[in-house]
Amino acid sequence: MSILDNAKAAAQGAAQAVMKKAVELAPDAWVPGGKPDPLIRSKHGLIGAPISRIDGPLKVQGRAKFAAEFPLDGMVYAAVAFSTVPKGRIATLDTGAAEAAAGVVLVMTHRNAPRMNNMPLFMTAEKAAGGDNLPILQDDRIHWNGQPIAVVLAESQEQADHAKSLIGVTYAQEPAVTTLAGARAQGADIGMFQGQPLKTTVGDAEAALAAAPVAIDATYTTPRHNHNAIEPHAATIAWHGDELIVQDAAQAVSHMAWSLASVFGLDERQVRVTSPYVGGGFGAKTLWQHQVLGAAAARLAGRPVRIALSREGVFRIVGGRTLTEQRVAIGAEADGRFTSIIHTGTIVMTRHNAMPEPFILPTRGAYAADSFKLEVEAVYMDMLANTFMRAPGEAVGTFALECAVDELAARLGMDPIELRIRNEPAKDPIEGLPFSSRHIVEAWRAGAARFGWARRNPAPGAVRDGAWRVGMGCATATYPYYRMPGGAARMKLTKDGSVRVEVAAHEMGMGTATAQTQVAAERLGLSMAQVSFGYGDSIMPGVVLAGGSQQTASIGASVMAAHHALTVELLKLAGNDSPLAGLGADEVEGLDGGLAKRGEPDRHESYVSILARARRDALVVEAAAPPPLETQHWSMHSHGAMFCEARVNAMTGETRISRFLGSFDCGRILNPKTAASQFRGGIIMGLGLALMEETQFDERKGRVMNPSLAEYHIPVHMDVPEIDVIWTDIPDPHAPMGAHGIGEIGITGTGAAVANAVFNATGKRVRDLPLTLDKLM
Amino acid sequence: MTPFSYTRAGDAADAVRLGAFGGAKYLGGGTNLVDLLRETIERPSALVDVAGLPATIEEREDGSLLIGAATRNAALAEHRAVRSHYPVLARAILAGASAQIRNMATVGGNILQRTRCAYFYDDEGSRCNKRSPGQGCDALDGFNRIHAILGASADCVATHPSDMCVALAALDATVHLQGPAGTRRLKLTGLHRLPGTRPDLETALEPGELITAVELPALPAGARSTYRKVRDRASYAFALVSVAAVLEADSGTVREVRLALGGVAPKPWRARKAEDALRGGPATVQAFRAAAESELADAAPLRDNGFKVELAKRTITAVLGDLAGVAA
Repeated sequence: MSILDNAKAAAQGAAQAVMKKAVELAPDAWVPGGKPDPLIRSKHGLIGAPISRIDGPLKVQGRAKFAAEFPLDGMVYAAVAFSTVPKGRIATLDTGAAEAAAGVVLVMTHRNAPRMNNMPLFMTAEKAAGGDNLPILQDDRIHWNGQPIAVVLAESQEQADHAKSLIGVTYAQEPAVTTLAGARAQGADIGMFQGQPLKTTVGDAEAALAAAPVAIDATYTTPRHNHNAIEPHAATIAWHGDELIVQDAAQAVSHMAWSLASVFGLDERQVRVTSPYVGGGFGAKTLWQHQVLGAAAARLAGRPVRIALSREGVFRIVGGRTLTEQRVAIGAEADGRFTSIIHTGTIVMTRHNAMPEPFILPTRGAYAADSFKLEVEAVYMDMLANTFMRAPGEAVGTFALECAVDELAARLGMDPIELRIRNEPAKDPIEGLPFSSRHIVEAWRAGAARFGWARRNPAPGAVRDGAWRVGMGCATATYPYYRMPGGAARMKLTKDGSVRVEVAAHEMGMGTATAQTQVAAERLGLSMAQVSFGYGDSIMPGVVLAGGSQQTASIGASVMAAHHALTVELLKLAGNDSPLAGLGADEVEGLDGGLAKRGEPDRHESYVSILARARRDALVVEAAAPPPLETQHWSMHSHGAMFCEARVNAMTGETRISRFLGSFDCGRILNPKTAASQFRGGIIMGLGLALMEETQFDERKGRVMNPSLAEYHIPVHMDVPEIDVIWTDIPDPHAPMGAHGIGEIGITGTGAAVANAVFNATGKRVRDLPLTLDKLM
Repeated sequence: MTPFSYTRAGDAADAVRLGAFGGAKYLGGGTNLVDLLRETIERPSALVDVAGLPATIEEREDGSLLIGAATRNAALAEHRAVRSHYPVLARAILAGASAQIRNMATVGGNILQRTRCAYFYDDEGSRCNKRSPGQGCDALDGFNRIHAILGASADCVATHPSDMCVALAALDATVHLQGPAGTRRLKLTGLHRLPGTRPDLETALEPGELITAVELPALPAGARSTYRKVRDRASYAFALVSVAAVLEADSGTVREVRLALGGVAPKPWRARKAEDALRGGPATVQAFRAAAESELADAAPLRDNGFKVELAKRTITAVLGDLAGVAA
């Protein structure tokens, strides 16, 4: 999503339009990505090999240290107290009993917290990472139900938790907006995203809809979701004089370091954020108030602090996906060709964040149509800042869009796959740009054959198996290719011929460390064992967000640049006595532990030999990735075709998914093993979105009532059938390695595939997520 | 969590002696009490660990079963006699919680587990008459999808969350108690109280009284039993509606029926109206449906749980139909 576009917009502003014009005029070969990455040609090496994750043994042995697992000398433990009203002032605050409790080192409130700047709000500057931009313990004001009001430090976690429960607080409440109706009554704005309004108009879509011989016009609603990564947010924090060291669970180490420096008035270089392992990010492992509270308390107490949020704590202070109410209307000719696509609606956000869930994004590229009207309206509540959550925009936007397509197919009496293929665009339907790589029709055909789509009975409610009604449904999955500016990499070649690659990137369980070691080894002509990939440390090069599914491309472009620099340096060192003499960097490639002329593998010299002749112990290079101009020259997206078989109990309405297939077109797949895991993980999260995930936000007081995995339902093993995943594996010639990021596409389309299967099974069209049994009885 | 003392009881008498102090709580597997301690909803001054007390399952000559209260849920569900003679109980236990929790949870603790009402759990931010008598009930007009449609009051609409207890209610189980005043026995159906104006008083247990065993009478020969739990996800979710049923039918006539409902009431709900309507009558789908209608006639649904009325009727009808071998 457009974490990338936002950072880009922030960094480039109005210059973007000028650059875009220049890029349009440039010949393809001038544009980075215009000349395919030579690795795309590699067919039998490490790229595409199903290599097990290199951090797997450490993780299963419990030796991989996560953010809350760094013991430091003199460390104390933090507990956070949260407000229980949505708006107002703290009237009385009694910390005496807490301060007197056993083991307590500090009780920090707005009375004694150090002066700090507000967090720089994500998307307002290149390296801003804050989830909100409110004062943190700087005054007595309450802005949401769940806001931190105090931090207790104690010698043990249990002592801190107990002391926290002894804090006495009363509030002078003020009127708060905590209902959707109340928020609407305050007025709406067009959502601003990437510095641009979330509003697109092509032609007169309303008129075209009115004139269309066949049409669907319906409203779809999706509820709030909260982040529930397996690892709750945590940080271990220590000050060394004016230097701040944070062992964090982060998907943006460079952003975090810069942002924390901004909060504490430090130079960016005085803050180091490391994050070697992260138990899932999904958009939430950025800067929230807990890291700031932990650092402030550590400074005040003069002791290192471990701040590990409880599951409830994550619900109270880490934002999630906001609710949406979406209208989708599609007008079509009798032959199914779309004449009008309307996708509009309302989301809820706050005055202290900048995330109007951009549910119209998938509709901008999915289908051809004569006219479009796309618009996201934002209304505001007094609540925890909402944020990015796996495929923000697309996850819920595809639910509405792809259900509507299914409904239209039923009205037309057409097969829903054929209807989609009929409206396949030849170029980007809004921007008019050519697609860099789009093979969704192949994905549909391959998926349909493998899933047995031809066996589907198109009549709703026609198939029964004992107590269960059975149906099949499908939906398009789509997610953009992004690459943010700021990528950079360091490479260190040592005289034994091994290479260390370093990028300030992240391994949150996706398999990044494994896949990028494969890529680097392949590029260098080395074995996996000769390459190590360093990441998760803000002192490493690059500003690389693990978000927007852009990290693979960002690292890829950075490593390509560093590799090019290394090759140039090596050729210089090789000199005239080498078989490589006279060759330019573009004429050679990494092969068999050294460099060789492309197409002439015998014209080769090993890295060991080059360094030895040059009497060098090591060679270090660092290079920045070129700006992501490819995304301005081509319309770049990942695609997928989702297939679901659902069983709905005829008596109770219980829905169980019996089969699922994802057929993807995401460029070259770097590692089929870790890739399949990411696709499946996204689909499982999508099953949760379809069937059960829902934050219970009590509108009477703006409070989340199910901050627990017992009551906030996500799929358990028995809810997840065997999930089949296949892919086209067709490289995108304009992307590094020919690959697209694949972290988010799995959740897109899944909700609609389930709802469409349920419709096929029962004849009931449920447009309100989640599809709980009471809606299907 | 509030500081407390911890002592392991050697036997029931020891436990009762230790438990006689005000503010003491008995600790079984800890799968519910420890959560409540963490949330500071329970703040005992002392924990008396009774998990080491008898966990034997005795098959007695009269065909009854005597189950030590410290028996783990998993062990009970796996026991041969339970699986063969009381399938309703084995199925109910296996429908509850997760394997890990069932391995820890004891029979006594399961019976005394507390409601999952979100407002009860929200010690700091919500009103709850069960937690703080007289405070008010935020569930009445709040999220109450999992709440009661039968037996609730204007002061409390919470449900008892146990699956096992629903089966025990249908099996006419008796609970053996030991307390400062000696030992006594109670029908399980008489153990849990309806909330009325005192939802904080959840059981008929006297202060310091301990559940030592559960006794299951033999089922009539020819009786069949089963448990059906309806929930949003396939596992690890509390029942929206569950039905435990024991049915003895002969030549299309109901000889004996015992029916209990879970997920719909503040206690395991023995459906006596339905039983009375069925006993001696025809074992037909129409009769089962009519009996279900009579049981649910008094249902008082809330904002979010109106669906439970029809769901309970359908589930009762289907479960009895299955046991009688008559399809809907």
